[in-house]
Amino acid sequence: MSTLAVLLRKPLQPLRRPGRTDLGAWPVVAGLVVIAVVFSSLNDRFLSAENLTNLALQMAATGTISLGIIMVVLLGEIDLSAGSVSGLSAVIMTILSVNHGWPPLAAVAVALVGAASIGLLHGWMFTRLGMPSFVVTLAGLIGWQGLMLYLLGSGGTINLPFDGFLAKLSDTWLPAPVAWLIAVLIVGVCTAAALIDRRLRQAADLPVPSITRIALRLGGLGLALAAVVTVLSADRGVPLLLVIFAALVVGLDLVLQHTVFGRHMYAVGGNAEAARRAGINVTRIRLIAFAAASTLAAAGGILAASRLAAVNQSSGSSDTLLMAIAAAVIGGTSLFGGRGRAYAALLGILVIQSITNGMLLLSVDSSVRYMVTAAVLAVAVAVDSLARRGQPR
Amino acid sequence: MFSARTVSKKYGAVQALDEVSLDLSPGEVVALVGDNGAGKSTLVKVLSGVVTPDGGSVEQDGRPVRMNSPHDAQRLGVATVHQDLALCENLDVVANLFLGDERRRWSVLRPIRMERAARDLLASLDVRIRDIRVPVAMLSGGQRQSVAIARALVGEPRVVILDEPTAALGVEQTAQVLELIRRLRDRGLAVLVISHNLADVRAISDRIVVLRLGRNAGEFRTAESTPEAVVAAITGGVALAGAPRAGTEESA
Ligand SMILES: Nc1ncnc2c1ncn2[C@@H]1O[C@H](COP(=O)(O)OP(=O)(O)OP(=O)(O)O)[C@@H](O)[C@H]1O
Ligand SMILES: [Mg+2]
Repeated sequence: MSTLAVLLRKPLQPLRRPGRTDLGAWPVVAGLVVIAVVFSSLNDRFLSAENLTNLALQMAATGTISLGIIMVVLLGEIDLSAGSVSGLSAVIMTILSVNHGWPPLAAVAVALVGAASIGLLHGWMFTRLGMPSFVVTLAGLIGWQGLMLYLLGSGGTINLPFDGFLAKLSDTWLPAPVAWLIAVLIVGVCTAAALIDRRLRQAADLPVPSITRIALRLGGLGLALAAVVTVLSADRGVPLLLVIFAALVVGLDLVLQHTVFGRHMYAVGGNAEAARRAGINVTRIRLIAFAAASTLAAAGGILAASRLAAVNQSSGSSDTLLMAIAAAVIGGTSLFGGRGRAYAALLGILVIQSITNGMLLLSVDSSVRYMVTAAVLAVAVAVDSLARRGQPR
Repeated sequence: MFSARTVSKKYGAVQALDEVSLDLSPGEVVALVGDNGAGKSTLVKVLSGVVTPDGGSVEQDGRPVRMNSPHDAQRLGVATVHQDLALCENLDVVANLFLGDERRRWSVLRPIRMERAARDLLASLDVRIRDIRVPVAMLSGGQRQSVAIARALVGEPRVVILDEPTAALGVEQTAQVLELIRRLRDRGLAVLVISHNLADVRAISDRIVVLRLGRNAGEFRTAESTPEAVVAAITGGVALAGAPRAGTEESA
């Protein structure tokens, strides 16, 4: 009997060992490898430099929207209005710059500020009126799309001039030497940061990561960057759009990991009541998160408009939102709040967009594409829910 | 001296606190006892700014102070370990210890400073946690309670309130926490401890305050009281000896 009990108990233990439940980004990376192998075996153009460049371009807009989604999902909330807000902001920007002849940057600034106020409005309804974020942003999903259609009027489509600043944004490519220089700089800065951190921790008599670990991580980063630059330079070069998106990801991650605000974001997402008792202004954090989500959605919408060189009635339409949410979750952001990094947007959108891109190459019907995307999202959420349940309480 | 003066609080139809008063002095451990639902936790929440009372006031050295948010409590040097552990399970031990009071330069965290201070603080309290950078969700109940208590000390408070600090702990951890409470008193802090364990209460407190059905139901000098009298005050039975001190209301 007792041996039976021991046998029954034993297999459970490795699951509960601290540190083992968190696999980090590895499942996603493994998924990417599978996707690459499957699609490249079905269509040899999938891994061509040209197609991967297109993939990079396709990722940027939705990925930026996904970054905004992460801001609210980290709090355990949701923003369903991100797609509509992205479309509306793109339309506002286009009307100002094309119809009213505003300088492009001013039009962009107004669109971003407008989106930030929309986000504040959502946050206000959520925090002050106590409406569930799901309902607030569902109303936003419909309402802001309505406003966009109203502004577009009967015309329906407004083109951005092809040689204008805004369209050029998505038709600018880094020359190979510049791209290499940036890659080297990034690795250099990361190396310096890692070594300085290690030195400081040593001086403070705290445990330090081993040199091999640091070297492996930096080596991996260097290899990844080199691969990206090599592949993209073989075609038109590294697109500016990708650089903008990546900079937003890195910037937001630095804010989340290294500032007091970021720490409080995680705290509110993990246990809002505990955060409140610790003296954190929970309402302020929530307002900022919603404002940031809408602002990033607007930025994504502007990038999308730039790529299309136009806005139309389907700007920011429904599958933009689903892709953005799916990307955040697939990348490892927990829908239950408090867990996930900004890099989730990058990894997740890479997965989602690779699948979409691959199926487009194979001319799979959009009906099938939707179902596959939904299945991937469902699996990601299921993994998230199971991981949460598996946590020791 | 830090006091609650005729504090009342209603939750819907439930009168959780009814004109309750309580004094806390430096270097003194006060035990707050009473049956389940007597209003102990509610009083703690009032003293720590988590709940705003409907009537009465919180006073410092006889003057009413503003106590509308946990931030006010922090400012006044009142630190609380709540009964429902107020920890963020997704954050690591260091982050939890400094939550709301992060070491920073401008807005940027200073993780090394915090980690070293956390390690030193936990060591001084004899709290053993192998890796203080794992999420609190990975710790045992006793370890979490230790983190919660250590957390209260980070802001160098003058008043520490512990709501059932030993309820979930084993024998050894309980002894450690009691020893820790004595150390707090020796540092000159005013300490308020809530406990259902009268043996613990007698072991560490200087004074015992009894609540019953949301009212003051007696107050004793621990050294001069008998266990029977305290129990009687808690249950509302008849006291056989060691009658409650004059000046406090009795509901029994
Ligand atoms: N948030 C709340 N909403 C409604 N009623 C509450 C709330 N908090 C406490 N109460 C009620 O107020 C009364 C006092 O509760 P309190 O938690 O202060 O008791 P307690 O003395 O701490 O009990 P215990 O020993 O079980 O912890 C109880 O009747 C309780 O049901
Ligand atoms: Mg209680």
